Amino acid sequence: MPAREGTYGLLAEFDTPGELVKAARQAHADGWRRMDCYTPYPVEEAAEAIGFHRNKVPLLTLVGGLMGLAAMFSLETWISTLAFPLNIGGRPTYSWPAFVVPAYEWTILWAGLSAAFGMLALNGLPALYHPLFNAPNFRDGATTDKFFLCLEALDPKFDLVKTRAYLEELAPVSVVEVGY
Amino acid sequence: MATREVKPGDPGIDPKTGEYRVVGLGQTFRSVTEKITRIVLTPHTPLGWLAVFGIAGGGATVLLVAVMWLFLVGVGIWGITQPVAWGFAIINFVWWIGIGHAGTLISAILLLFKQTWRNSISRFAEAMTIFAVVCAGMFPLIHVGRPWLGYWLFPYPSTMDVWPQFRSPLLWDVFAVSTYATISVVFWYIGMVPDFGTFRDRAQSRIAQYFYGLLSLGWRGSVRHWMRYETASLLLAGLATPLVLSVHTVISFDFAVAVLPGWHTTIFPPYFVAGAIYSGFAMVLTLAIPLRKFYHLEALVTDRHMDNMGKVMLATGFIVAYGYGMEAFMAWYSASHWEAFMFWNRAFGPMGWSYWVLILTNLAIPLTTLWSRRLRTNMTFMFLLSLVVNTGMWFERFVIVVTSLYRDFLPSSWGTYRATRWDYLTFVGTLGLFTTLFLLFVRFLPMIPMNEIRMILPAAKIKAKAVEAGD
Repeated sequence: MPAREGTYGLLAEFDTPGELVKAARQAHADGWRRMDCYTPYPVEEAAEAIGFHRNKVPLLTLVGGLMGLAAMFSLETWISTLAFPLNIGGRPTYSWPAFVVPAYEWTILWAGLSAAFGMLALNGLPALYHPLFNAPNFRDGATTDKFFLCLEALDPKFDLVKTRAYLEELAPVSVVEVGY
Repeated sequence: MATREVKPGDPGIDPKTGEYRVVGLGQTFRSVTEKITRIVLTPHTPLGWLAVFGIAGGGATVLLVAVMWLFLVGVGIWGITQPVAWGFAIINFVWWIGIGHAGTLISAILLLFKQTWRNSISRFAEAMTIFAVVCAGMFPLIHVGRPWLGYWLFPYPSTMDVWPQFRSPLLWDVFAVSTYATISVVFWYIGMVPDFGTFRDRAQSRIAQYFYGLLSLGWRGSVRHWMRYETASLLLAGLATPLVLSVHTVISFDFAVAVLPGWHTTIFPPYFVAGAIYSGFAMVLTLAIPLRKFYHLEALVTDRHMDNMGKVMLATGFIVAYGYGMEAFMAWYSASHWEAFMFWNRAFGPMGWSYWVLILTNLAIPLTTLWSRRLRTNMTFMFLLSLVVNTGMWFERFVIVVTSLYRDFLPSSWGTYRATRWDYLTFVGTLGLFTTLFLLFVRFLPMIPMNEIRMILPAAKIKAKAVEAGD
């Protein structure tokens, strides 16, 4: 993590998912883009509210699965026809129906690994540090029962005083400044 | 019909649907979180846990001794012989891996079908899968005689210039089981990441904060992360579903591809998969009933879960019954002398007792009693029944492996099978290892997925009006 100074953003806390979604929609409609919501369980409406509609995990999974399929099927074909041809009950060396099972398993294996590790990579995890954990109320709530909206300082609309006033209008429980 | 047995005003019943509640009344995000975190994040280990851990650890030690003796002396210490070259090792392998399958069914297939009642039992069912696969995977490996050469099973460029033979179901098994183990572990771990975040944030001790902090990978609950996470979970579930069906299918191929009467049959794949789910649900009950009692989880693992699991067992039990019936039918309908003799010998030969034990424990007892809702929600009954079904499913594999092998085509090569004490000790040892791993899981990892429970609480419902007002 590059050492940074100053403010990461302003963090507004809400008690219910409904209030969070309402506030997030408002902020997104008012032109905020560098923003995120933090919830203790997946709240699809909140992702929609901040304009996050689709992700690349399915694509990665498809590519990974096809690569696993191709890798295992060609390995089997190469081994059975060229590298080590064996006469098994007079069957042809390229007996592809028998190759389907391991190729099928590897499709699933590499698709699954791509889904899991692709998801983590796209999320930027594992991350050993994140400024949000500096907020005093974040750790007690974000993974238990509180709902957060963060407007980040990197957004061109960000101004410490004005943004705080703006967030207060959205009726949160509290607004805190988060430093790096 | 079913609702009439129930008293009105029972807090365990949802008045709208007349069904048992999935989560007990009055639970909040915080109460659920505290209930589950308290089990793990306490410096006090319950005495009961220590006592069971001591016994289970003793069992695991027995396994260590049995396997060590096996490595020193060889597979001759087991009862395997000609013609029964597949004895306890393969019976136990199939039994254990079958048990694992219910975990994947609960965590993956029921997720795809949006059966939210599964949420509270999915995590420990998934843990059960992994520990069962650990026990299962060991058996073929130690059965090969020289397990230190087990890596020969994998295709790798060796100095001997020898490669595996891809037309053998035994090699398919290697890929099926290793993929199953890997995907199960990944699915299980990814599922726990947000809960590790909760543990990290609620832990008091420094060590626990570091430990769960590292395991949580820095999870902070961003909704962008959550959406990718949900996509990945659904995809993993979608991948695990055909995987779990393929694994037991491939295992049934180990038998069905052989030309032996009693093995060479096309009913094996579906009948093996149904049997796997049947025994797996029985094992989930064996674990869930004492756990919910001991940790007072009645509000999270409710009568609804017991009721539904009983129903799944009833359904899969009938598929298994169909499989047995079809075996008997085909023995007659095939008009094959060998098939007919095999079936007669299986039921009335010198080892016929094992077939009738199987029919009694797998069909007669469960398939007559599971119809009653009162029995399905009676914990003592369900616990005993789960043990009966587990026994029955073990005997199913015994019947398939031993009674098909010991009297095949040539009477001059007939033999018998007698398990030795090392066979029994190895089996009991895996029970110990399984229980040990499961107890460690219960003590140190989140056994109920908190984030999934939060999703199905009433407070998670977003009121449409409140949101629309913001537009």
